[in-house]
Amino acid sequence: MKVLVPVKRVVDYNVRVRVKADGTDVDLANAKMSINPFDDIAVEEAIRLKEKGKAKEVVAVTIGDAKADEQLRTALAMGADRAIRVDAAANLQPLAVAKLLAEVCKEENPDLIITGNQAIDDDSAQVGQMLAALLGRPQAYSACAVEAGAGSVKVTKVIDGGKETVELTTPAVITASDKLNEARLPKLPDIMKAKKKPLEVKTYGVDVAPRLSVSKVSEPPKRSAGIKVPDVATLVDKLKNEAKVI
Amino acid sequence: MTILVIAEHDNAALKGSTLNTVAAASKIGGDIHVLVAGAGCGAVADAAKQIAGVAKVKVADNAIYKDLLPENLAELVKSIAGEYDAILAPATPFGKEVAPRVAALLDVAQISSIIKVEAADTFVRSIYSGAALATVKSSDAKKVITVATTAFDAAATGGSAAVENVNAAADLGVSKLVSRDLAAGSDFPALAGAKIVCSGGRGVGSADNYVKIMHPLAKKLGGALGASRAAVDAGYVPDATYQVGQTGTTVAPQLYIAVGISGAIQHLAGMKDSKVIVAINKDPEAPIAGIADYFLEADLNEAVPALVAAL
Repeated sequence: MKVLVPVKRVVDYNVRVRVKADGTDVDLANAKMSINPFDDIAVEEAIRLKEKGKAKEVVAVTIGDAKADEQLRTALAMGADRAIRVDAAANLQPLAVAKLLAEVCKEENPDLIITGNQAIDDDSAQVGQMLAALLGRPQAYSACAVEAGAGSVKVTKVIDGGKETVELTTPAVITASDKLNEARLPKLPDIMKAKKKPLEVKTYGVDVAPRLSVSKVSEPPKRSAGIKVPDVATLVDKLKNEAKVI
Repeated sequence: MTILVIAEHDNAALKGSTLNTVAAASKIGGDIHVLVAGAGCGAVADAAKQIAGVAKVKVADNAIYKDLLPENLAELVKSIAGEYDAILAPATPFGKEVAPRVAALLDVAQISSIIKVEAADTFVRSIYSGAALATVKSSDAKKVITVATTAFDAAATGGSAAVENVNAAADLGVSKLVSRDLAAGSDFPALAGAKIVCSGGRGVGSADNYVKIMHPLAKKLGGALGASRAAVDAGYVPDATYQVGQTGTTVAPQLYIAVGISGAIQHLAGMKDSKVIVAINKDPEAPIAGIADYFLEADLNEAVPALVAAL
């Protein structure tokens, strides 16, 4: 079984993002960049499938400029066998990303595609489902457990108020929730080895023109801090007589 | 302008998220139709036709829609999409799963989790885990949109829309439901839509302590139980359905009580629209203190039982 893992280069989880003064975008100048944390979990899941003997090959793929090679090298250091970068502008919109990934899938014919259920920059949560639609294949959004079988995969998903397990005919697309696993940190020797693993750069003739334009980026309305209450009795009094919520 | 809202339901009852989505559709303006796809879902269609502002309910009652799996549902939406200028779904796990699939089948860029309608083609949504808001304009002729349910007050009832059957679309036959495990029979109300939410964080310390501290509080207030991601990952609660935050459930109750939660941005993104926020924490510098209406600096093991006794 071959597993394809699309990953995205995004601002690091720990960076505190601020809006630019001119309201056009957020300011990411010199910010640390990383693999999208949900994609990190997807890479981990693919590698675990390989370690369990279920997957033969794990291919990491990203859409972006040469800077995104750094994130592919991270995926390779974690244990992916090879990597593909589709050369394109950074931050293409989800539909364009899904179309490019569909082209990669047509060449690579993976049995499973595992990616994060959302990226922490645009929070769109679209690419996996769109890719499944473009390929005409089944999907599972927000996976918390994956059990690969022969010709099918059982995926448990986090849904409102519980969990749901579906069985999908492969090839299938799975998007990883933060409950799927805890991704490993690559070790130094693996980081060195990853430099020698194959990383291929490709281009495809796909229309990637943006359909959405952002006219303004602003700070969310600040919720101001309220008051400190000295004790439980005061808190109860405030909730009953001031906020009137109990 | 004609708008289609994809109803979220379980074949027996319409989910509240559908009412919030209809409310967002009303802000866009135009004729609103609701699609009820399911099996044996007549009661849901009856409920949908009573939503104020809905002109028509389209019902696809067929075994292939019984479990509302995204593959066949998206094919169905595609088959009737020609009539619509906009297609809306709630930004819940259900809507988040199906809407992008519909968008890709229609070659449309989806606008995810809108919190405000500026114009029929322009919407506000949150990005970077709530650190910024983006005003987004779509150039697609048809819009596919998911709606942040907590940002729109539920549509009222009292309508009497016409009901029309629609033919089933293709059965892709590539997915099937194995099991659905809902936290039914719980002593506490569901997190989504709860009026009062009592959430515990890392500070609660253990699963035993979560039961000891949080359960009496929620029970006394008739509230739902929640947790931060740290508490979920540490196993203080039975499963991920307790998680409040960007990757869990987004809530906006009348009263949110955060116990031993420091307030990571991902958590705040899931509860900052609550009407009144109470935080009980040992650390006055915790980010949660910056947004709480009432902050009690205290040891939760003493303060929460005292609060339960005083309520």
